[in-house]
Amino acid sequence: MTAHGRDRATAVAAGLVATYVLFCLVVFAYGEAPRGVVAELFAGTWGSAYGVGQVIFKATPLLFAGVAVDLALRAKLFNIGAEGQIAVASLALGVVGARLPVGIPRVVAWPLLVAVAMIAGGVWAIPSAYLKARRGVHEVLTTVLMNRVADTLLSLSLASGLALAGTTRTPEIVAAAKLPRLDVATSRLAGSSANVSIVIAVVVAFVVAWAFRRTRARELWLVGENPIATAAAKIPVARRIGQAMVLSGAVAGLASTATVLGYKGYFELGLGAGAGFGGLAVAMLGRGSAWGLVLAALFFGTLEQGGLAVNAHVPREVMSVLEGAAIVVVAVVERWSARATQAEAVA
Amino acid sequence: MNGQVVPAFLAATLEMSVPLGLAAIGGALSERAGVPNIALEGILLGSAFAAVAGMVASGSAIGGLVCGALTGATFGLVHAALVLRGRIDAIVSGLALNLVAAGGTRTLLRAFYHSSANSPNVRGFSLVEVAGSSGGHGLLRVLVDPLTWVFVGLAVLVARGLRATRWGLWVRAAGNDPRSAYAAAVPVAGVRLGAVVVGSAITGLGGVALAFSQHQFQAGMSGGRGFIALAAVIVSGWRPERAALACVAFAALEAAGFVLQDRGGALPAAFAVLPYVGTLLVLVLFARGRSFQAPRGLGVLHDE
Repeated sequence: MTAHGRDRATAVAAGLVATYVLFCLVVFAYGEAPRGVVAELFAGTWGSAYGVGQVIFKATPLLFAGVAVDLALRAKLFNIGAEGQIAVASLALGVVGARLPVGIPRVVAWPLLVAVAMIAGGVWAIPSAYLKARRGVHEVLTTVLMNRVADTLLSLSLASGLALAGTTRTPEIVAAAKLPRLDVATSRLAGSSANVSIVIAVVVAFVVAWAFRRTRARELWLVGENPIATAAAKIPVARRIGQAMVLSGAVAGLASTATVLGYKGYFELGLGAGAGFGGLAVAMLGRGSAWGLVLAALFFGTLEQGGLAVNAHVPREVMSVLEGAAIVVVAVVERWSARATQAEAVA
Repeated sequence: MNGQVVPAFLAATLEMSVPLGLAAIGGALSERAGVPNIALEGILLGSAFAAVAGMVASGSAIGGLVCGALTGATFGLVHAALVLRGRIDAIVSGLALNLVAAGGTRTLLRAFYHSSANSPNVRGFSLVEVAGSSGGHGLLRVLVDPLTWVFVGLAVLVARGLRATRWGLWVRAAGNDPRSAYAAAVPVAGVRLGAVVVGSAITGLGGVALAFSQHQFQAGMSGGRGFIALAAVIVSGWRPERAALACVAFAALEAAGFVLQDRGGALPAAFAVLPYVGTLLVLVLFARGRSFQAPRGLGVLHDE
């Protein structure tokens, strides 16, 4: 294992331990016995086939968003806009999915809708990409603004005719557009909402990791590492930074396949909300490795589903406090451990 | 009714610009010292809750104000410790603090007040009683609210402090070129710590104003205001007095939407996006200008 890998492993281990300890303390503060509640959390997640399915279901949009945020981070960009990119892509899927001809074959519908999700998410990242690449405006600010614009435009457009009358949801998408649930493969997952979009998510995670190692996508990473050297090597730095942002938006947009195509079969206001911000946490934990991202998404998926399982004992909102704590502990320990490694190397 | 539209509009504008503006002043201070602070959103939320909890517990608005400001300062202390001591990326720290604030306030809301949506009502400051519901009365109420004047006062004070005091010189030096400042015996880490903590306390006052203007805490009530304040900081070129003015402009756009909405019509809903689209347009047009330069040492550590 490389020194860097070791630093990361230490950090992630510390994050897991800290999350566990903190959770126990919170449970204790609520006057319950930690062991019993932890057992219940486990039983509600990894303890049953249904629980596992639900964890996978919760982890799917998180994984898409995590891969998206991580992709941008490789170019040293913080894509806080995954939330809005997902929302816009979800609306696009709902609208386009419902307008496809009824007899359309699946092999046409699925790729088409995947493309729609990517285009919608990518388009929503364009203003931030442009402002960062050509105007030097920090992407954290512009992506957050785009989130707000998405929020407002979504409710406006639903209110002005895209939704069924009197509701905030779009009409049902055509049957061929729906992604099958995983329980078609094994009946043990029956009842859980896990669907095949998890397969797409895992494939995307590995394809992105592979592309950054083996193809010209590497340049997206180089411009983040050292813009001056890459400019000297005749790589168009501004354009690559913009491309990284748009690509990140496109991948984030894919998260809508998990919710609109795989779960509800239509878009409604608030569907999939929070996945974009959750993706930030996933990227922080699993940064730079496909396996890391998959495991991080499953970890946060477990926290989300586990939060529901133990809601009777401690409020599930505690879980986002734990997420925040996990991010901080991982970041701090990684810095410490990296400095210790450096000091060792010097000595 | 017609005659009351203007005062109602002014009242709404002022009321909305106070939390926004205080957050922007606090953010400008922190960032001028070179520490990016995207935790403004979480600070607003956390201190709004603390203000209500403090007022419910102590029965006085001053108690709420102190709780809110202290909560803001605590957030700032944690942020500064993580960034300056723990050496983690300021954006990561800010994101984590926002998460903790969002989840923490909801958790405490349930624990204290057994509700998932809002706290009991509090009165906020009421030095002078103004009864009546017309626009004019509303305007008067905002004008006798001490927090309005705290906002105006701090905008002037922080701007002047940055420009004309030794402390301000140190803050600007720490933000522009931390390494040279350190070499010139400016205690960079201490100055930055101070600026982040004081800035976060000021942002905390914004949270107090937010909670008191709504007379309660609502889950997620900061509603992106922290990020709009951040936008104001950038648009202003990191100058607190201009950032405060930018916030008044944002608030006016939002208030126009509200006032028009009361009168019906389809147009008003579109007003809700104007502050955001407007900010983006301003950035597209002017971001390359000289007056939009970020502090050169923003996010740079002085000792590595």
